[in-house]
Amino acid sequence: MQAAVSPASPPVHPSGDKRFRILETVMKRHQYKHDSLIEVLHKAQELFGYLDNDLLLFITHSLRLPPSRVYGVATFYHYFTLKPKGAHTCVVCMGTACYVKGAKAVLAALEEAAGIKAGETTPDNQLSLLTARCIGACGIAPAVVYDTAVTPRQSPDAALKWMRTVTNAPK
Amino acid sequence: MLLDDLIRIKEQELAARKPFQLRCCMAAGCMSANSQAVKEGLEQAVKAAGLSDRVEVRGVGCLRLCCQGPLVAVDPAGTLYQKVAPEAAASLVASLNGGETALERGDPGHPFFKEQMSIVLENSGQIDPERIESYIAADGYLALRQVLREMRPQDVVNAMIKSGLRGRGGAGYPTGLKWTTVAKTQSTRKFVICNADEGDPGAFMDRSVLESDPHRVLEGMTIAAYAVGADQGFIYVRAEYPLAISRLQIAIRQAKQLGLLGSGVFESPFSFNIDIRIGAGAFVCGEETALMASVEGRRGSPRPRPPFPAERGLWGQPTLINNVETFANVPPIITRGADWFARIGTEKSKGTKVFALAGKINNTGLIEVPMGTPLRKIVEVMGGGAPAGNAVKAVQTGGPSGGCIPADALDTPVDYESLTKLGSIMGSGGMIVMDQTDRMVDVARFFMEFCMDESCGKCVPCRTGTVQMHHLLSNILEGKATGRDLARLEELCDLVRHTSLCGLGQTAPNPVLSTLRFFRSEYLELLRPEEPAAAAPAGPGAAAEPPSGGAPACSGPPGPAS
Repeated sequence: MQAAVSPASPPVHPSGDKRFRILETVMKRHQYKHDSLIEVLHKAQELFGYLDNDLLLFITHSLRLPPSRVYGVATFYHYFTLKPKGAHTCVVCMGTACYVKGAKAVLAALEEAAGIKAGETTPDNQLSLLTARCIGACGIAPAVVYDTAVTPRQSPDAALKWMRTVTNAPK
Repeated sequence: MLLDDLIRIKEQELAARKPFQLRCCMAAGCMSANSQAVKEGLEQAVKAAGLSDRVEVRGVGCLRLCCQGPLVAVDPAGTLYQKVAPEAAASLVASLNGGETALERGDPGHPFFKEQMSIVLENSGQIDPERIESYIAADGYLALRQVLREMRPQDVVNAMIKSGLRGRGGAGYPTGLKWTTVAKTQSTRKFVICNADEGDPGAFMDRSVLESDPHRVLEGMTIAAYAVGADQGFIYVRAEYPLAISRLQIAIRQAKQLGLLGSGVFESPFSFNIDIRIGAGAFVCGEETALMASVEGRRGSPRPRPPFPAERGLWGQPTLINNVETFANVPPIITRGADWFARIGTEKSKGTKVFALAGKINNTGLIEVPMGTPLRKIVEVMGGGAPAGNAVKAVQTGGPSGGCIPADALDTPVDYESLTKLGSIMGSGGMIVMDQTDRMVDVARFFMEFCMDESCGKCVPCRTGTVQMHHLLSNILEGKATGRDLARLEELCDLVRHTSLCGLGQTAPNPVLSTLRFFRSEYLELLRPEEPAAAAPAGPGAAAEPPSGGAPACSGPPGPAS
C-alpha cells in the first residue's frame, strides 16, 4: 500500500455544498490513500447521483492523483455514470437466464414506448432506461429493477404498465 | 474468546430455541417476491395468536427453490410452504395448531431436495445470516479454533492438499497447491483475497452463499490466512449485490466484536483483518490480475502471468486468491477431515459443487450435488426438465467462457475434465437450460456481444477480435453471410483463443466453437449461397456446400470455381 499523503489543508469545495464535506470525511477515513479511489467514487456517485467534471476534479485534488487516472477509472467501470440519471430508473437484466426467458422483448417494448435506447434518459429527465449484465436473480427471470425494487417474472405489458405509472405521475 | 465462550454461546442459542420454528427465506430471490413483508406478517400473526413463547420466526438464507418464492419452512414438521403471500401469514400460523391453510405446499421429498448433498450450503436456509450466534450454534468457528490451537500452518496446507479440493471459480486449480506456493514464498506481507465478483450471467451461487452464510466465508478466509501467513484480507464483491455486501459488513463487525477477527484471533498471536472492496461493474475483474488492479484502485486491466499472484500479487506481495465457494469448503474439511472430503465426488474432482439452475427449466434455484452427478439427473430429475412439455435442447455452463452441451450428451458426469472434453467448462456453476425455441446462433451472438462489451481493450486480439466475431455472427443471423464468412469466423476463433492476454479473450470464442461443434446445421441453414450471380439459383444451395468440415482456419473458400 502506498504511504498516505495527507494534504496539509484539504481543499474545501468553494460551493459550500454539504455533500462535499461528507465526501471529504470519507476520503479522510481512507487516509487519502490512492487505492481508495474506487470506494471514493462509489460514495461520490451515491451522494451526487453522477460524477461530473467538477466532482472528479475535486476528488483528483483531494487524493493527489493525476486527473487522467481518476477519469480513466471513472470511465472504465460501467457502474459509474458521468451523466445525470432521470427521476426514475428502470434496469432490465440482460443476463443469460433473463435473455432466454424474454428480456429482449421487455427491453424492446420499453425502448419503443419511451422513445429512447438502453443507456439513455428521456428528454424530460423522467426516466432512465438501463440494462444490467446479470443481477443474480436468475431464479425469477426475467427480472427488472424498477427504481430499487427487483421485480420477478416481467413481461412487456407489466413493464409498460410500470412505465406509465411513473411517467404520468406528478413531479 | 475461548472454546468455553463458544460453547456457552451455542448452548444459550439452542436453549432459547422454541418448539416451533418458521424459517423464512430472506435471500435476494425471495426478497424480490416480498418475503420481508411475509416475515413481518408471520411475526405479527404469531403475536396475535399469543404464541410468542412457542413459535420463533427466523429470517434465513436461501431455501433453494427460487421459482416458488417466497418460501417458508416449518420445523419440526419439515413442511415447506411456497408462494406465501403476506396475507396468508395468519392461516400459516393457525396451521401450527392443527388449523387449515390453503397455502401451496412444497414437496421436501422431491428429487430437487432429496438428491442434494449439502456441504457448502449446509447452513443455508437454516441459520440467520445476520446473527453470529446462529452460526456458532451450527458449530461455526470451531474449525478456526481447531486450526489456531491444534495445527501448524503446514498442517492446514497439507489437509487442503489431501482433501483434493479444487478451485470453484471455474478453472479448477488445486487449492492445496496454490496455498503451498503462497505459504512458501518469502515476504514480509501477504494477502488473501476472496473473489466474489460473480460476473457470469446466469450464476448466483456465490451471491447465495454470501447472503445465507457469510461467516462461513470469513472463517474459511481466516483459516487460509493462518495457513499462508497473511494478515490482511479483501473480499471483492460486485456492487450489484447490495444484500450480500450489507450482510458481509454485519458479519465482519460481529466477528470483530467477539474476537474472531482482528488482532489476536481466539486469543492467539495471530491477527487478520478483512476489508470489503466493492466492484464497479466490470466483468474482466473476475480475472485475478485485473481484480488485484481493481483492489488497488486502478482500472481493471489484466497483466500477463507469470508472475502469478501467489508469488507477486497485490502491491507486489504474495497473494492468495480463491473463490467464495472454495473458502466455504474449508471449515468442514478441517472439522471433518480431509479423508472425509476426498471420499466424495470423482477421482479427480472431489467434494460437491453448487449449481444455479435457471432458464427453461421447471425448478429454478440452487442445488448442491456431489461431483460426478450426471447432467441428466440434474436437469431432468432434479430440475424437472423444460416447462410446457418442451424438450431440453442444450445446457449452457460456464457463462461467456463456457459452452453449450447438447441434449444427447446429458449423460456426461459433471466434473472438470468431462465438461472440458465437451468444449465447455465447469465455470463458477451457472447452468442455463435451453429448449427448442432457442436459436443457438443467437445464443452465440449474445455471448459474443457480452465479451465485446466487457473486453477491457488492453490486448488487440480480444479488443478487435470480439468485435469482428460479433459482426460475423450478426451477418450470419441476418442471412447475409456465406460459407466463406463461416470459415473466417472459425479462423478468428482460433486466433483470439490463442493470442489473447487473459482468460476473457482466451475463452471468448468458446460459445461459438461449442455451438458450431454441436449445432453446426443451424449455422449452415442461415448461410446464403456463395457468389449468387454465378451460383445456381437452386433453392437452399447453402446447405449443399458447407465449408470444409472441422478443419480450422484457412481452408480456402469452398467452391470458388465458376
